Order: sequence, then structure tokens, then C-alpha cells
Amino acid sequence: MAIGERTQSGAPAIRVEQLCRHYRMGEALIRAVDGVDLTIPTGEFVALLGASGSGKSSVLNLIAGLDRPTSGNVIVQEKNLAKLSREELARYRLHTVGMVFQSFNLIPNMTLAENVELPMRFAEVERGKRDTLAREALSRVGLQNRVNHRPSELSGGEQQRAALARALINRPQLLLADEPTGNLDSRTGTEIMDMIREFNQQLGMTVVMVTHERALAERYAQRMIFLADGKLVSDETNSAVVAVASEGERQ
Amino acid sequence: MKLPDLTELAVRNLRESLLRNSLTTIGISVGVASLVAMLSLGIGLQQLASRRLMKSGLFDTVVVTSRRDLRNFDRQEERSGPTPGESQVLDEAKRQQIERLPNVLEAYPDIRFINELRFEDKPHLTMISALPESAKSNDAFDSMQGRFFSSDTAPEVILQKTFAEELLGKRPQPGVDETNVAQLAAQLLGKELTMRYAQRAAASATPEPKPSASSNPDAGSSEDEGVPGASYSVVSRELELKIVGVADLDPESMRGPTRARVFLPLKLAESLHVMQPTDLRELSHAAGDQPVYSSVSVRVKNPSHVQPVEDAIKKMGFNTFSILDASRSIQQFFKVLDVFLGIFGSLALAVAFIGIVNTLVMAILERRREIGIMKAIGASDSDVKKLFFAEAGAMGILGGIVGVALGWAIGQVINLGTNVYLKSQSFPPEHFWAVPWWLVAFAILFSFLVSLAAGLYPAGRAARLDPVQALRYE
Repeated sequence: MAIGERTQSGAPAIRVEQLCRHYRMGEALIRAVDGVDLTIPTGEFVALLGASGSGKSSVLNLIAGLDRPTSGNVIVQEKNLAKLSREELARYRLHTVGMVFQSFNLIPNMTLAENVELPMRFAEVERGKRDTLAREALSRVGLQNRVNHRPSELSGGEQQRAALARALINRPQLLLADEPTGNLDSRTGTEIMDMIREFNQQLGMTVVMVTHERALAERYAQRMIFLADGKLVSDETNSAVVAVASEGERQ
Repeated sequence: MKLPDLTELAVRNLRESLLRNSLTTIGISVGVASLVAMLSLGIGLQQLASRRLMKSGLFDTVVVTSRRDLRNFDRQEERSGPTPGESQVLDEAKRQQIERLPNVLEAYPDIRFINELRFEDKPHLTMISALPESAKSNDAFDSMQGRFFSSDTAPEVILQKTFAEELLGKRPQPGVDETNVAQLAAQLLGKELTMRYAQRAAASATPEPKPSASSNPDAGSSEDEGVPGASYSVVSRELELKIVGVADLDPESMRGPTRARVFLPLKLAESLHVMQPTDLRELSHAAGDQPVYSSVSVRVKNPSHVQPVEDAIKKMGFNTFSILDASRSIQQFFKVLDVFLGIFGSLALAVAFIGIVNTLVMAILERRREIGIMKAIGASDSDVKKLFFAEAGAMGILGGIVGVALGWAIGQVINLGTNVYLKSQSFPPEHFWAVPWWLVAFAILFSFLVSLAAGLYPAGRAARLDPVQALRYE
């Protein structure tokens, strides 16, 4: 079986074909992503691993529609992101993708409720519904008492929980996480990862997580994909997690 | 994103960098204020000038004279008119014909005569002139004490201040503050003046010949319209006239030495048939049943009608005179002045324009990461663009409103200051500052549009921001 392909348990959520992302830095040509093929079925929890500069974040950004490939295709739900217009790409980010980042990326001058409400503003959700939905989402991540606080008044873990609430507010099918525990201590990191796993299992969301911590990936991801120098070097099924997951499904 | 959300986010963002955005908004306000101040000064001065000139009756009035009146023979402006021989007699029929011309409001004879008026048994000799009812709007009567004539035939008079002073035996002293018109009026209003005059009554055939109260065509020119041998008798009459008004300003200031200081209603003056020395010259032809006038003043609807009316009257064989050209160049002057004042006013707004660009470009640098986050969670290019536009627009509207208020306040202060100065120099107060509603609306709209234009580049730049790079930015 070729690297990057595997037996699929569901319909592919993401299909990456011969994906390249090159850019110039002065005279040098940087091959951040260089010919990656990848298929991720719906509902899978995938970890992208690799050293710094291996291209894992670049792949994530391309799947998130934040960046455009130099060549190759990213097909999500039958839509080839490489061919979408800027407006269509923005709509894709708004409705299909939820993102969390290492540095949380909450808007500092907004309260948590306002931060969570922001994607609904872009989606033009009715004004009256927004506040209720934002509060519901925040209580789901245990922040019902922090609704009117600003990010700077919260701990890192709380901020990342708020970021998760924001990522999920428009009910996306994909959750993309870029080093979500990178700025957290291990206990808080575990809390966040448990939450992500919960969303993956309960809501059936496809999760792609970038991390450089192999241990974290082994504990949570059903599949671990290793990148080096923009190329896919290994694609492993994490049998322990898959077993637990299918056990959970059976139950 | 919907407009209420945009506005809300824009205002929130403006509040975040309160000092910088306030300073930028103040910059816009100062720009708008200077524009409003300059333009309202221009408009105010123009309104003042045209109010004065229009009310003086010079710009919508055509003076018609007969070429047969040789006293006017040498007036330069009439050289182009018909020769004395071709000219018509300016009689009542012609006056009515002139009045029927299109765009003519009224044509009234110019009646003025020198007569004696007795007040408390002392005689006073002065020039008396008749005013049509339309003269009510002449601004000489704006600050008048008392009121205008109750009717066109009422036995009432309005006195010019200098004559009122003469009646009360007060001599204006040079260098001393003006006499208070109100004081003069208090002593004179309601009192009676007696006018003794010689009435020219028709001798026999024609029952009510209305002779001209003033001069008439020159007797020397050979004419045949007159009825030879006509004659009239002279009867001495006395008329009690009630003083109803004392005018501060001189409604006839433009007339020079022949200006009148006492005014009667026009119809009353016509019915008096006051005998004048010039009547003797009328003997040959004025005894027909029509009065003959030396001059008729024609008021047209607005200054633009002066030229066609003048042409039409000239065709009838009369001389005409108006100050149309003067008014034209004055209007042109104000147009140029407005443009210049507008340009100077806009300069400050141009500086404000750069201020907005600067503030928003700074905001992009500062909020780079925020823009990246917004894009990552689904904001489109146009959402980001609209947000920056909304911020620029909000600053523009706010700056516009504050600026208009500021400009208005500056105007009021300058107006007040100038009037204090005018008062100290014994001039009447003036209102040379006008902020019409259209200027308020225009200034706010202009400020809004200028701000949007200033937001064009920053908004475009923010929208094009690469989210990956923006998110990497710390």
C-alpha cells in the first residue's frame, strides 16, 4: 500500500493530490510542501507530525483554505479549493472549517461572547439568536461564568476552550488544530485534547491536528502522518486509539 | 456582514484607539469647519450684497424716460436710444402698455416735488416723493420706527431721519453719535403735518385730468399730440398728513441731491395733482385726458428679466436705464470668491484626508493579526474592506457633524465680533454669515465621501492581506 493511502472507513472528507506549495525567498526557492498525496476519511482524527519546517503547518493552512497551492489539488467535500475564488474560499472557511491555534488567536478587545459571536456575524446569523448560541457554546466548554471576560483576563486553557467554542459555532465538518496544546501545561493540554476527542467522537467531526509531540499524537490520533522537507514520509494507523474508538462506537 | 454589525464593529474599533481616532476625527472636523466657515462667509457676503442691492431696487428696476425730455439729453447711457424727435410721450397709456410686458411686476410713475410742510406752525421745505406699496420690502424700512402706509391712498407720511431731526430742531453734529431714531419717532409718530400745495385743476372740458406731478417733455420740440390752447386753473389746497414712520436709513441714498426726505403713498400723491413749475412747459400737449410722466420705474420679476424688458421698452421708443451690467459683474465676483474660499477651505480637508489615510494604515499595521484571525474564522475580503470603510465613514460623519457645528460657531463668533466693531463705529449690525441647510448637508456628505475616499487605499490593503502571514505577525 502506498504511503498516504489507507483503507477507508468512511467517504473521504479531504483528498490532497500532488500538493505543492513553493515560495521564493530572495534567490532561493522554498519547497514548503512538495508533492503530498493524502486522503482523510470523514470522522477521522489525524495528527500531522514533523520537525519544525517540515511543512506540516503549510499543509494545514492549505486544507484550511488560508493559503493556495502552487500546484496540486485540495478537495474537500467535492470542492477543489485550488479552483475557488477568494470569496468562495472565505465562505468555505466560514462554514466548513473550524480552526484552533497554538496562540489561541482570540481578538483581545472583545469579550469571550463577542469573540464566539464573530463568525456568526460574518455568516449573517440573525442578531437575536447569536447571543444564545454563543452562550450555549461557551457553557459547553465550561466557560459559562466567563462570558463577559476579555481574553487577557483568562488562563491559557480557558482561552483555548473559548477558541474551541468559536471554532465550532458555525457547525463545521472539519476541525483543524495547529499545535493546540503548544502554549499549555500538560494537564491543561490534556483537558483540551479530551475536548477535541469528544467533538471528534460525539459530533463525528474530522480532526486534523498539527503537533510535534509524538506522545500526544499517540494518545489521541487514530492516524499519524509524518512529514519531512515538505514530503510525506510515513503514514501510520494508531491501532490502540482506533481500537478504543471502535470500542466506543460499538458501545 | 450586515450594516448594523459593520457599524457596531467599526465604532468598537474606533473606541479602542480612542486618542488616535479622536485626533483624526478632530482633524476632519477642523477641515470641515474651515470649509463651512469659508463657504458660509462667501454665501453670507453674497446674500448681504444681493439683499442690499435687490432691496435698493436697482437691480430689478428699469427706469424709463422719454427722449423728449431734454434734461436727460446728455446722459451717456441713453446715447444709444432713439433721438428726441422719434421718441414717444410717456403717458398713462404707455405706462399701462409697459406694465403689460411679460415679467414686469409693476410700472409706476416717478412723482417727486418740492413743497412746504408745516409742523407745529413752522414751515419746512423739502423734496417729497411717492412710494408704491412694493417699496415696503425696501430694506431702508427694515429698521424703521413705526409702520409702512396703511394703504396706497392713506393721508400718511414716512419721514427720513434727517427731516425728523429738522422738525424737532435738532441739528446733526459731526463726530457725535447718531441720534436715536426711536427717540425721534417717539416724539413724532401719530402727529400731523400740514401740506399746503397748489393743485392744478382742469379748466373745463376734461373732468379729471391727472397732470404729471413733475416735469414733462420739453416744450421746445415740435410735437402735435398735445391739444393746443388747453388751460387749467390753480387752486390752493391744504392736506393733513399723519406721521406713521421714521426711517433710519435713506431709501433714496442712490439718488444724490434730488433724494426725497418725506414719502407719500403713490396713489395719494397722484390724486393731489400738485402744481409744479415744469407744468408750464406742458401747456402745449398735456391737457389731454392722460397724465404725462417724466419717468416711470419698472420693476421686473428678477434681475435676469431686466435685459429683455429693457429691449422691449426701447422698441416702444423710450430710453431705459438699469444697472444690470454692474449686477452681473458683482455676481461673477461672488462666484469666483466662493470658488476661492471653497478651495482654501478644502485645503484643510485635504490635510484631514491624509490624516485618515495615515490613521487607517497605522490601524492595519496594528491590527494585522486581528485581520488574519478574522479571515481565518471566515471573514471575506469584502467583509474586511467594508469594516475599514465603515471606520473611515464613521470618522467622516462624526468629523462632519462636529465640523459643521465648529464652523457655525466660528461664524457666530466672527459675526458677533464684527458687529461689536461695527457698532463701535456707529454702523448698523449686519448678518454676513449664512449657513444654509444645504451647506450643512453638503459638508457632512462631503466629509463622509472624502473619508471613504481616504479609506479606499487602507481598506483595499487590509482586504488583500495574506491571512497566513498576518497570523504569523506578532
